[in-house]
Amino acid sequence: MSTYAQKKGFGATIWDYLTTVDHKKIAILYLIAGGIFFILGGLEAVFIRIQLAVPDNNFVTAGQYNEILTMHGTTMIFLAAMPLLFAFMNAIMPLQIGARDVAFPFLNSLGFWLFFFGGLFLNLSWFLDGAPDAGWTSYASLSLDSAGHGIDFYALGLQISGAGTLIGGINFLVTIINMRAPGMTYMRMPLFTWSTFVASALILFAFPPLTIGLFFLIFDRMFGSNFFDPTMGGNTILWEHLFWIFGHPEVYILILPAFGIFSEIFATFSRKRLFGYSSMVFATVLIGFLGFMVWAHHMFTTGMGPVANAIFAVATMAIAVPTGIKIFNWLFTMWGGSIKFTTPMLWAVAFIPSFVAGGVTGIMLATAAADYQYHDSYFVVAHFHYVIVGGVVFALLAGTHFYWPKMFGTMLNEFLGKITFWLFLIGFHLTFFIQHFLGLMGMPRRIFTFLKGQGLETGNMISTVGAIFMSIAVIVLLINIVITSVKNEKVGNDPWEDGRTLEWALPSPPPFYNFKQLPLVRGLDAYWIEKMEGKQGMTPAEPLGDIHMPNNSIIPVIMSIGLFIAAFGAMYHNEHSWGIPVLIGGMLITLLSMFFRSVKDDHGFHIHKEDLLEDEDKGGKA
Amino acid sequence: MKRLANWRLLLMFAVMSLLTGCGENYLSALKPAGEVAQMQYDLMKLSTAIMVGVIAVVTIIFIIVVFRFRRKSNDEMPKQVEGSHTLEIIWTVIPILLLLVLAVPTVAATFKLADVSPMEKKNKDGKTDALVVNVRSNLYWWEFEYPDEKIVTSQDLVVPTDEKVYFNLKASDVKHSFWIPAAGGKMDTNTDNINKFWLKFDSKSAEKAENVFYGKCAELCGPSHALMDFKVKTVSREEFDKWVKDMQEVKKPAKPETAKAQAGQEVFNKSCIGCHAVTPANSTPEKARVGPNLSNFGERERVAGILEHNKENVEKWIKDPESYKPGNKMTGKYNLSDEEIDAVSEYLMGLKVQE
Repeated sequence: MSTYAQKKGFGATIWDYLTTVDHKKIAILYLIAGGIFFILGGLEAVFIRIQLAVPDNNFVTAGQYNEILTMHGTTMIFLAAMPLLFAFMNAIMPLQIGARDVAFPFLNSLGFWLFFFGGLFLNLSWFLDGAPDAGWTSYASLSLDSAGHGIDFYALGLQISGAGTLIGGINFLVTIINMRAPGMTYMRMPLFTWSTFVASALILFAFPPLTIGLFFLIFDRMFGSNFFDPTMGGNTILWEHLFWIFGHPEVYILILPAFGIFSEIFATFSRKRLFGYSSMVFATVLIGFLGFMVWAHHMFTTGMGPVANAIFAVATMAIAVPTGIKIFNWLFTMWGGSIKFTTPMLWAVAFIPSFVAGGVTGIMLATAAADYQYHDSYFVVAHFHYVIVGGVVFALLAGTHFYWPKMFGTMLNEFLGKITFWLFLIGFHLTFFIQHFLGLMGMPRRIFTFLKGQGLETGNMISTVGAIFMSIAVIVLLINIVITSVKNEKVGNDPWEDGRTLEWALPSPPPFYNFKQLPLVRGLDAYWIEKMEGKQGMTPAEPLGDIHMPNNSIIPVIMSIGLFIAAFGAMYHNEHSWGIPVLIGGMLITLLSMFFRSVKDDHGFHIHKEDLLEDEDKGGKA
Repeated sequence: MKRLANWRLLLMFAVMSLLTGCGENYLSALKPAGEVAQMQYDLMKLSTAIMVGVIAVVTIIFIIVVFRFRRKSNDEMPKQVEGSHTLEIIWTVIPILLLLVLAVPTVAATFKLADVSPMEKKNKDGKTDALVVNVRSNLYWWEFEYPDEKIVTSQDLVVPTDEKVYFNLKASDVKHSFWIPAAGGKMDTNTDNINKFWLKFDSKSAEKAENVFYGKCAELCGPSHALMDFKVKTVSREEFDKWVKDMQEVKKPAKPETAKAQAGQEVFNKSCIGCHAVTPANSTPEKARVGPNLSNFGERERVAGILEHNKENVEKWIKDPESYKPGNKMTGKYNLSDEEIDAVSEYLMGLKVQE
């Protein structure tokens, strides 16, 4: 990154990133934006833990606490975890399947900017009228009752960023279906690509219910409809269903790519092909499918009746089977392997016991009758942090260390990486393990304080100490990133030396066209196969020729800004007369950009054969 | 790494020992105080046992793998194994069997806990033989109506021990959730419909909890969600019948005993009675019952559900409810001088139905 800035002026670099359609640069944008939101969400978590460190604390007020807890959940899920996964999907998946870019580079950029402006809009609520305060689930009766514009920020912000996510998911699906290199059959795709594929399919089916739910909420709050008002014939349970039909697949959208990252890391640092590859693929697809069958287990106490509760309980338990298959396959990938404990591998190894702990409490929660006790208590808080932090966040941190050289051409410091790892691991278990017991001892979730004399003091204090450990770990990681970027020691194609998949056959970072000649894939772990036969790189599948590339475009940014402006109009139209004109104006900006994009012919450009050859003479190697 | 593995094993034993009992008798789901909580506790134990078994297997393989297969030299090249059908069948079938062991009692318990048929069975007076309580949740307080007994109370639920108590649950403003951890799991109070379930309070466990259990709101409902506590007073059937009778006999508000309380009553009748009833009859419609019924306020466990029950706290509460329960519906509805607050508090503390 920094060399880039040296070659070009700062302004030119910014312009380049605003207009880029290159999947590798968009990945960096996702990484930076997701990283910033991750730190924001982390700060909110620290505030939560400070407030709950001692009983009757007044570090924040009750109202502020509800805002912080809502924004912590919403930010972490929508604005940190998903974009960070999108960063790795964008950076790595096209390389893994031997593609020159994603199928729709323009849409890729649009997806990012929609997410970014949606997230920005949501976070502006801190400065205007207060943040949303009805929890990330924003259940209808409370969200309609909430005063101020907090919930409007939530609904409109998520609507915009959700559109970005949906676009991104469709783009990845099409890319994986259509852009695989010659020989890259479905059953030769690396597990990370497979999990990206399944997660994208989940996005395609899970986000529309959320979109509908959010539209209902927007109409109810801003335009006088009554979808969720029982006195007018509406129904609040409708929101619960719509939200969880999205919300449950959402957790699989998060965890499946995490599984993918870990699968790559286990195989790489065990120097062994993934054990039971086909059953891993099968399990991934099955988890994705079952993920749509279990949403109502979030609603066992809503009063759906014993028949629905029993069905959803048993369906939920079924998910344990494919997940168990995965755990054992990972263990047996390491079995008989040659394990090297690099930082990414440490995260992967620690993930197994942590995630199993989260998984088994998931089964406990699935036993509907007992869930009446667990539901909405700190037991649930402990459970989902065990799976989301112990699964997704571990994967993101592992992936950051693992793919950093591929994305930036330089390695993060291993020593600092290991310090981050140990601090975070200890902090994580300290924070969340005790929360299982706090929940069972009668502590409901989402409480801004707890009274003395209920036996909850010690557990909460321990939990807060753990959060401090995790914060220090993240600070060490940031220091590591700064030091690494300043030093900027360049590395070669395969810096971990055990790379198995196609991305490690390319320079770090890869040239903007990725592959000079599309590679011929001869099996699973394509690069490993070539290495084992003593070859330096991939065998090309085509003669050297001109490469067709898309042009950069600023239109995605303008389109997203249009919706960003429109959202303000929608929100304020009830109290300010400028609301409706701003709403229409914003929509016009977006629609006119779409129109402009549609009528303007943009054929892209070609990199000529001669230039590619010249590249090679200079020492660049595809 | 070794430390990590040992630590996990230790944790497992810690789980088992912790599960056998921790928390307070009046609050903890791990100290079951009735049939419902006991069923749920048994399910917890069963699922924990199965899960600890699974964790043990994973841990053993994990430890072996992490120690035996570390890279010793950089030239090592392990055999590339595709997989093993036998192993894969084993770790597919065994979990399915384990889940069946858990699924059968889960389904049975789910149906048993949902069985509220005695609520529907009316005897010849048009009443139910079983005790039914209508629970109505409101922003930061709870109302308990005994429809067959035709009485209303709030904040302190009074129930007889050793018999099933049936509940109709609903919310008057936003969704809340009714939870008495020691007695059993929670159920949501919705704004759309009435939910029904039952609980049972065991007299022996009630004794250990000194006959008062803590109840909580378990669904985020606004700023003071954390403070929406209530108490459950458990009494024997005879005491319960007596309490009901005493309540039914209160046709007029309790007579103030001191001059100050007398003055307090006058203030109350001017400023407070619009929201707070001081007679327990359920003749006023729900919509008119805006604030908690205060008929037996002098006998309550807590002021506003959270503060220790004394006159000083009543005064503090009336003076500035916002600082104790932010977002409550009482703030700003009245304007009383310190003197008047003093008098009203005295009056309220004297509101008792039992001698």
